[in-house]
Amino acid sequence: MSKNQSRKTSIPKSMKVGGRKKQVLSAVIVLIILALFLLYMFPFLMVLLNSFKSKRDIISNPFSLRTKDGFNTRNFVQAFTKMNYLHSFMNSLVITGSSTAFVTLFSAMCAYYFVRWNNKFSKVFSSLMAASIIIPFQSLMIPLVIIYGNKLGVTDHRATLVFMHIGFSMSMSTFIYQGFIKSNVPIALEEAATIDGCDRYRTFFQIVFPLLGPTTATLVILNVLAFWNDYLLPSLILSTKELLTLPLTTYTFYGTYSADYGIIMAALMLTVMPILILYLALQSKIISGVVAGAVK
Amino acid sequence: MKKSRTSDLRAGFMFTTPGILIFVLVVIIPFLYGFYLTFTDWNGVKEIKNLIGFKNYANTFKDKEFWASMLLTLRYVAFSVILVNAIAFLLAYLLTSGIKGQNFFRAGFFTPNLIGGVVLGFIWQFIFLRVLPTLGKRWGWTVFTNSWLSDPKTAFWALVVVTVWQLSGYMMLIYIAGFMSMNHDVLEAASIDGAIGARRMWFIIMPLMVPSFVICVFMTLSRSFMVYDINLTLTKGGPYGTTRLVAMHVYEKAFTSRLYGIGQAEALFLFFMVAIISAIQISIGKKREVAA
Repeated sequence: MSKNQSRKTSIPKSMKVGGRKKQVLSAVIVLIILALFLLYMFPFLMVLLNSFKSKRDIISNPFSLRTKDGFNTRNFVQAFTKMNYLHSFMNSLVITGSSTAFVTLFSAMCAYYFVRWNNKFSKVFSSLMAASIIIPFQSLMIPLVIIYGNKLGVTDHRATLVFMHIGFSMSMSTFIYQGFIKSNVPIALEEAATIDGCDRYRTFFQIVFPLLGPTTATLVILNVLAFWNDYLLPSLILSTKELLTLPLTTYTFYGTYSADYGIIMAALMLTVMPILILYLALQSKIISGVVAGAVK
Repeated sequence: MKKSRTSDLRAGFMFTTPGILIFVLVVIIPFLYGFYLTFTDWNGVKEIKNLIGFKNYANTFKDKEFWASMLLTLRYVAFSVILVNAIAFLLAYLLTSGIKGQNFFRAGFFTPNLIGGVVLGFIWQFIFLRVLPTLGKRWGWTVFTNSWLSDPKTAFWALVVVTVWQLSGYMMLIYIAGFMSMNHDVLEAASIDGAIGARRMWFIIMPLMVPSFVICVFMTLSRSFMVYDINLTLTKGGPYGTTRLVAMHVYEKAFTSRLYGIGQAEALFLFFMVAIISAIQISIGKKREVAA
């Protein structure tokens, strides 16, 4: 970026005006950005601030730093136990983790086959998958509930939800892997492996799959975010309280305690926390993963 | 590579079966079954299912609430797409100008996208119900004195605000990637030729950013068309069902009113809308793309 800047100033006209104009301009930009940034963060700051306050203090003034009941973590303790936080957290973790692992493996294998075996089967299914990306979830949810709920009666199992997460993410993940394999995995390497005595499966798992690393990282990030935050699909599949994921628990919890602002704010903070911690740790990876996923 | 036909088949089976099988069971079969469903009058409870021809489609056209929600959704999508992309483009432009801490700001603006719509809706419900009215009363800002969620007109704008707040950070990242990959020689040549300021923006930068615009418009379009979570937790369709977007309408038709056939017919209509719009959008984008 600084490269871009120095080139801009190499225009003779703006040189004459000197550095002061540029300084003023960048000060203005900083001010605008700062104002917008505060505006964007405002909802989070409000939730954070009020999660430590009592209901009475929140209702009298959500901004105030001077409280009658003081700041404490009582709301967090209550929310944590009442929403059975640890349990739903583990549900989310297990469901997101296994869905992501399976979809990564299956889509990489599919994409590898589609690229390397250019037969009719590959063509039919790879275009079918690519086309299915535009189907909105709402056009599938009704038959899905009827088939898996009314007919087969397999809803309300975590495994069913994992199964569906895999099915819905297959097309996008396979599509992205296909593009990467086509342009970045040299076939000569695979031929060398075959000559050295690797069979197809070893070639894939020991040679090709490790080469897919960057794409795997992108897809893991995209899928983890999607699965972790998903609400509509899990709400249609899971109903037993012990099986609910974090977004589902938050939803029911909000319904029960909606008037108890302090506890609600703490519950929202608790729900947001795991992903924010992950973001703090892997910020640049997540950002580049999201961009890579969108641009492809 | 030496391949025999049978081992080819076996490899294909091993590599593709798990993924394709699940894909077919979860996406293709429900999709086809959904078509069949639109020709029946099933309510999910009855044993008997009657084939009733195109009656569900006829009812879809007569369903006033469906068209009201469709119209509302179109309005919502239009405002969201325009505002999200305008603000995202501005943010990206400002955050590639080389100011200090721009990575920090980028990360911050993106944050809402990490969090599920359910939680975002609840957070903003609190803002609209408690925080803004307090602000309005204290400082005499009449726009905020009454909660935005209690009036149909402002409740609609509350939905747009939250959507813009969330998605603009996402699209900003894509525009930033566009700005970063721009060919600086072209920009330099243009400035030497006298293209600066607004002209530089309009004639040089904008055309070069067309690929980013295509991606972003496509993504905002498809996302806002299908929005459900935020709608559910921010307004719950209220006040008095005035902010029920089409996804919520379909959900209620099927799972609350138990009219599976009509619900599915409307859902398929939504599918065709999305398909047509994205096809148009992609072909327009392809035409206007410049080879840089």
